[in-house]
Amino acid sequence: MTTEAIHDSHEHDDHHDHKMTGIKRWLYTTNHKDIGTLYLWFAFIMLLFGGALAMMIRVELFQPGLQFVEPDFFNQLTTVHGLIMVFGAIMPAFTGFANWMIPMMIGAPDMALPRMNNWSFWILPFAFSILIASFFMESGAPNFGWTFYAPLSTTYSNGSTAFFVFAVHIMGVSSIMGAINVIVTIMNMRAPGMTYMKMPLFVWTFFITAYLLIAVMPVLAGVVTMLLTDTYFGTSFFDAAGGGDPVMFQHIFWFFGHPEVYIMILPAFGIVSTIIPAFARKRLFGYSSMVYATASIAFLSFIVWAHHMFTTGMPLFGELFFMYCTMLIAVPTGVKVFNWVATMWRGSMTFEIPMLFSIAFVILFTIGGFSGLMLALTPVDFQYHDTYFVVAHFHYVLVTGSLFSIYAGAYYWLPKWTGHMYHDGLSKAHFWCSLISVNILFFPMHFLGLAGMPRRIPDYALQFADFNKWVSIGGFAFGLSQLIFLVVVIKCIKGGKKAEAKPWDGAEGLEWTVASPAPYHTFETPPNAEDIKGQ
Amino acid sequence: MSTEQEQKASDNKTSKTVKKLVLVVFAMFGFGFALVPLYDVFCDITGLNGKTATTAASVNEDGIDESRTITVQFISRTAKGIPWQFEPMINEITVHPGEMKLVKFYAKNESVNDIIGQAVPSVSPGRAAIYFQKIECFCFNSQPLKAQEDVEMALQFYVDAELPEEVKTITLSYTLYDITGSVES
Ligand code: HEM
Ligand SMILES: [Cu+2]
Repeated sequence: MTTEAIHDSHEHDDHHDHKMTGIKRWLYTTNHKDIGTLYLWFAFIMLLFGGALAMMIRVELFQPGLQFVEPDFFNQLTTVHGLIMVFGAIMPAFTGFANWMIPMMIGAPDMALPRMNNWSFWILPFAFSILIASFFMESGAPNFGWTFYAPLSTTYSNGSTAFFVFAVHIMGVSSIMGAINVIVTIMNMRAPGMTYMKMPLFVWTFFITAYLLIAVMPVLAGVVTMLLTDTYFGTSFFDAAGGGDPVMFQHIFWFFGHPEVYIMILPAFGIVSTIIPAFARKRLFGYSSMVYATASIAFLSFIVWAHHMFTTGMPLFGELFFMYCTMLIAVPTGVKVFNWVATMWRGSMTFEIPMLFSIAFVILFTIGGFSGLMLALTPVDFQYHDTYFVVAHFHYVLVTGSLFSIYAGAYYWLPKWTGHMYHDGLSKAHFWCSLISVNILFFPMHFLGLAGMPRRIPDYALQFADFNKWVSIGGFAFGLSQLIFLVVVIKCIKGGKKAEAKPWDGAEGLEWTVASPAPYHTFETPPNAEDIKGQ
Repeated sequence: MSTEQEQKASDNKTSKTVKKLVLVVFAMFGFGFALVPLYDVFCDITGLNGKTATTAASVNEDGIDESRTITVQFISRTAKGIPWQFEPMINEITVHPGEMKLVKFYAKNESVNDIIGQAVPSVSPGRAAIYFQKIECFCFNSQPLKAQEDVEMALQFYVDAELPEEVKTITLSYTLYDITGSVES
């Protein structure tokens, strides 16, 4: 299969612009740039869909009392919102970046396994169609939370478990194939002279992310399989009546779940580490410490999972072990934040949109890291657990962290992708509206959580009313602001100022040595990376 | 080297890496399932999670430690959907480590159907679990009851003398489940 694909692209050498047209081009494409584009559009559509679900949640929570949706439907909303954002928006968006940029960054003509690449994208829409279709079935959509704890998802399931499991299996297969592709590409297809320690940080972070994916997505596949057999085939992995244990579900789930959150943030680290040096016009401070910090975060992520389970009645030793290990992660994370700030220090900074998003990332992600540290303290987690404080924490790291880095990357590489500069005014509007509204949306959640408002509940006590109103208003504003981005992208594809091959004067890397827009095939003869500066 | 040879060499390398990675994927899938027995073994050894042994212990031969007294409390609950009355006939007793005791639990099937019940024990604090030795327990087997039938079920136990000093009270909790469906199928 691979041989064929590689030979294919060779035959095409002499008629470069030969592409299939219309829908067939996209269905059959094995071109890493096409597939990257598909991933990015898919992720954006999922972001808007998941966002629409969140809007319904915020409408219901605008006032205390039950007014618009049934509690059971509310549970479906929070569950599917979480699943879509994690598996449908953030992860595919990063895979899209990986597809587009990694071959160009390491001077390879394409991904190593182009046919598999096509598959790993095209099974995704099926997974999410199944998930979303379950809204319209008799059972309703999954209503047991994105963490699908047993027995909520087994004994007390509304009947959506089978669809849910099937959808997760497909997503898992897709991610695993994507990860294998990235690893093989990076290991075998680097241009001569592109040594590991010269690779751009985005390549490094995604390389490590791909290993995380390969290590934990199979565990996720395993745990949903157990769920399936418990629900429908009479096994008792998580059923105490048959000798199983529901707490074990949480252990296996979080063994996947914690590395999963790093799968969603390591590529973000890579993107930001690429952008900040470009606009500070300085080399990245501490390149190799960045690489080692990423690797140690990835390693540590395997031994902290039970910080999600402090309240399950673990023995004291366990609580302490997981508390200290979790706090240890703050060290390499701190190294990174330090390096970003040190890169900006005394740089000749300019504040183009990618840089604005990156700076916002550094500050707001750090706030999320701090609330994470608070949650890592076992004794106080007993108060914070399952409240809006946790919701605030993970939205700071995921929205102002991962999502903001995705926007930063998108603005940074849009000129390379489309050949045009994005609209200046609109993109500024997008950034500032997002920045302000996202903080109105998520910051008050800290206070709500500290005051004791539980998460995943459609109603709340009167004293939470004021904050919730602000949160909802922030939510609607943030949701609408994302539509500006849609307009920016469409305008940028259609036209705009012509982009030079290297529109950012501080940018470095092989991707800027090819024309904008990047030709359909790049680096068919490997570039000489020998004289690329070590970072 | 000609380009064709180079091509071959790189294809070879690619398929080797792919094979290794696919192996890792399968290994990790297996590892997910291996966590299930590992979890049980881990809990057995450490007594974490309040899990007690599922087979009978042998009679205590190490004598009785009269210098310490331990309170053992019994609680019971029925899981959702089993229409039985189920309770300990005594709520609390005091024992010396090593001393053997017999207590009884009462169960009655209050429905019009025949039902098979299974009691699952759990000990709190969790680390006392491995010191709680059951010589005879109704939880070792399932308990069928005809409609409206009742039964007194025995539990014979002692507390191991090795029990850490700080533990003064042990709570033994039983949850009763309806397993009629899974026994019949
Ligand atoms: C400084 C690093 C971090 C620390 C110390 C930390 C710590 C924690 C702790 C202790 C919890 C459990 C809270 C509870 O349920 O009571 C938690 C939840 C969570 N964290 Fe973090 N975290 C960190 C970074 C991140 C990052 C980078 C992400 C993702 C990009 C993330 C995503 C999440 C999510 C999604 C949850 C909630 C899961 C759920 O229950 O639905 N965290 N974090
Ligand atoms: Cu975690």
